[in-house]
Parts: sequence; C-alpha cells; structure tokens
Amino acid sequence: MTEYTADEMMTVTAARALRDGMTCFVGIGLPSAAANLARARHAPNLVLIYESGTIGAKPDTLPLSIGDGILALTADAVVSVPEIFNYWLQPGRIDVGFLGAAQVDRFGNINTTVIGPDYDQPKVRLPGAGGAPEIAASCREVIIVLRQRERTFVDSVDFITSVGFGAGPGSRQRLGLGGAGPQKIITDLGVLQPSPHTAEFVLTGVYPGVLVSDVQRQTGWDLQVSAELAEIPAPLPEELAALRALQAASAEGTEA
Amino acid sequence: MAEIVSLAEAIERTVNDGDTVAMEGFTHLIPHAAGHEVIRQRRRRLILVRMTPDIIYDQMIGAGCASKLVFSWGGNPGVGSLHRFRDAVENSWPAPLELEEHSHAGMANRYVAGASGLPFAVLRGYRGTGLASRGAGIADISCPFTGEKLTAVSALRPDVAVIHAQQADLAGNVQLWGITGVQKEAVLAAQRSVVTVEEIVDTLEPRPGGIVLPGWAISYVAEAKGGAHPSYALGYSVRDNDFYLAWDQISRDRATFSRWLDEHVLGATPSGARQVSSARPGAVR
Repeated sequence: MTEYTADEMMTVTAARALRDGMTCFVGIGLPSAAANLARARHAPNLVLIYESGTIGAKPDTLPLSIGDGILALTADAVVSVPEIFNYWLQPGRIDVGFLGAAQVDRFGNINTTVIGPDYDQPKVRLPGAGGAPEIAASCREVIIVLRQRERTFVDSVDFITSVGFGAGPGSRQRLGLGGAGPQKIITDLGVLQPSPHTAEFVLTGVYPGVLVSDVQRQTGWDLQVSAELAEIPAPLPEELAALRALQAASAEGTEA
Repeated sequence: MAEIVSLAEAIERTVNDGDTVAMEGFTHLIPHAAGHEVIRQRRRRLILVRMTPDIIYDQMIGAGCASKLVFSWGGNPGVGSLHRFRDAVENSWPAPLELEEHSHAGMANRYVAGASGLPFAVLRGYRGTGLASRGAGIADISCPFTGEKLTAVSALRPDVAVIHAQQADLAGNVQLWGITGVQKEAVLAAQRSVVTVEEIVDTLEPRPGGIVLPGWAISYVAEAKGGAHPSYALGYSVRDNDFYLAWDQISRDRATFSRWLDEHVLGATPSGARQVSSARPGAVR
C-alpha cells in the first residue's frame, strides 16, 4: 500500500467532496489544492472562482496566490472585484464556498482575525476577513478545510470573522444569511458534520488508523460521535499521483 | 488632463503627511515603485487604505509611514503573516498602528460608493460577524421598499489613489488588463491620483477585458518600468513568487528588515536602476 501523509489524506477527502459541474468559490492554500485536484480527477467541469475576479480558472499548477497570472490567463471571464462579490457571490449563484480557517468552533464559526480575548491586545494578529464573511453567508453551502488541533478547534472562537451556525439552530435564519452554512469540516484526522438538531459539529468520519479518541483529544469541545461513523477510504494511488503531480508542477513553476 | 511627470514628482505633488492614501492592486499590478518613492520621501502619519495590504504596505508600515490601516486582508499571499504589520499591531514598532477592518465585499462597495459620489453603499454582508459589532463605517439599514435588513458601508474618499497599469498614451489615457481588481473605483473615488505605467506608447491598442481610464480623470502619470515587482504586470512580467517567499525571512526581524530597506529602497534611485532579480535573504545578511 502506498504511503501518504495526513495532509494528503485531508486534501484528497476535500477533493472528493466536490462534484463535477459545481461552481466553487475557492480560498487559497489547502482549499485551492483540493479544488484543483478534483478538477484534475473526477470533476473536469468544476467551475473554479477566485476572489480576484477570475471565473472558470483552469490552472495546471497550484497558484501561490489568488491572483497568479495563470488564473487570469485560463479563466472563462475576468471581472472586477466589486463585480465578483456583488453580481456573482451575493445573489447566491455559487454552489460551494471552500474556506480555510485559523480557528473554528462547535457551530462552525470561523476566526481569521485575532487570537486572544482582547481585539486591541491580540496574542496573534491574523490576516483578517478577506472574502470569507460573504462567502460563508452567500454560497449555497460551505466546506471548511483545516488541520485539527485542540487550539484551533475551540468551544467558541475568539472573534467571529465568518458566521457558521452562529449561536446554534435558527441563527442563520435570524441573521438573514442566504446559504445553508458549513456542511463539512474536513481535517487531517477525519470529517465533522453539523447535527441537524443542535447545529453542533459531530464526528462522522475518520481516516484509516485514526482513533476516535485521537480526534476528541484534538477538539476543544466535547466532540460527539455520529451513530453512523464511517471509515473514510485511504487515498487511491491515482489520487495521490494526481495530487503529487500538481504539487511538483507548482514547485517547478515557482523556481522558474 | 493627466500630466506626465517623473515618479518622484508625482508623489511629491500628491502625497502629503497625514493624507489618506489608497495604493490598490489585487495581487496583480501592485504599485511597489510608487510605495518605495513614498518611503524615500519620508511621508508620515498616512492613513493607508487597501483591500489586500501585502508586502509593499508591510514595507511602508515598517518604514514608519503609517498611523492607521483601513483594510480587509493583511498577509503575504500564499506565504503567511506580514511581520512588520504584526510588529506594529502587537508591539507598536516603529509606531502604533490603528486598524479599521472590513471584509472584501465591504471594502469593494465602499470604493464603489466613493466612485459614484454616494455617501454609502448597500450589501448583504457582515451580519453576525465581529466586524459588524466593531462598527467603523458599518451600519444596519432597512430596505425602504421591502423592509429587509441589509448592511450599509460608508464611502471611501481617499485624498490620493495610486495604481500601476501596463500602458499610458501620450495624452495620459491609461489601459490596464488581466486582473484589474478595484483600481478603477479607487482612482475615481480619490481626490487626486497617480498612475505608474510599464510603458508610455503612442496610442493604446484595445485589449480583451481591458479597462481604459481617460487621462482627464487622472492627475499624474509616471513611467515606472518594472514598477509592480515583485508583483507582476500581465504581458510584461511574471509574479516573482521567490521574492514573496524570501520576504518572510527579510521581514521577520527588525534589523534585517532595516538593512534591506536601506539597501533596496532608501539607497536606491526612483527610476531606471530598479533591480529585476529577487533579493534573496542570503544576499541581505
């Protein structure tokens, strides 16, 4: 059996969550790697949309930033930043928002602003919101991809940059948020999904060799386990080969 | 009618201490040469505005030009943190930096309002976020027709907008293409504007997806070949990803950063002699 890393397992799992023909608003980093893997494998007609205004980008290497030239050169359309947010994201035209996070809480709220209780004296100053608040509000659904650690999976985030299920059931409706909110958190240990009753994220899938107690130890709330907990199949050799080829091509592109 | 001048003159005539300055560029066409000129002219207490402050604003903040940052995402794209920005926010070095924080959609709409001569713009955004409760320039509003709860954001009206474009013609008309971000809105929202260009040509040739800003809507045009480096100008240069990676090391500590600034900005000339290759961390130690 082929060896693989936890990050590769996470990226492959995230790629599998995207279906062919979907429109996908892509954040940079892990989400971008997964979206491009999906397009290279089972979803050739996946429409990749980056907040730089590139609609239908078809990069053959992983872009380092959301504005690399390869995105503009391969896109179906390149529009201005006001247009990408106002005409394309805001009306709810986009199927899935694919986001990273620095911190996420039991209700799938995302923090990318500050770590620490005091905004004015942060322990760590993070980059900030970017496009995420409106992606999280307006895409039909959201998938969050990040590594699972006790300090990143917290009971409640230090700052709500982007709303998941807010304070629990009914919050999104009260706030008038159009989309269904986060439907999956895909990590390097497994997959969490929101309980339809409590809106709290519960463990629904683990990777081969990962114990439920490992995942619980890396979660800052009392993580519940779904009655239908699944073991997620290991990456296929073809999936790993495609991911590694993308990454190798990108490394070459960076050195060129 | 835009006046075609040197970059040093353009900055001297438009950017004053204490001004609100928007140097825009969404990962493409970032006006680095103009930012370096602002550092060389030792402008102080600027209110810097930008959706995506990246390494040029990191350099300006580290050089002590700024007292406040209005922004929606401050990072080194694809690499990580901006260390000079973080040092200013976390440790007030070299000066305290006040923050006014938004989302991309909010900032984009604030520029649209400014360009449209309106006091505010309306969007579905911010609701339920910590950004909304911090409040600067963000307020709830009800639709006068349906009563729906929406968000209003105040217009941005910078004193100066600075952008980089591929070409201008001899009359100062400017064309940019590729990822054009929010540059048109920034120029039209500002009282004064500077556009640096890769090249001044006799006549502009229309480009697919190109934006043309008529010369009469721009204050100054200055030629700055390679003026977006390490960002890029589609059709002229490629993004120097190695420099973005190298910046992480250069900017990590104050002494290394200060040496880099002395050598590559303060000690450099405003035009012509710009280096094109990457400054690697090894070279500055």
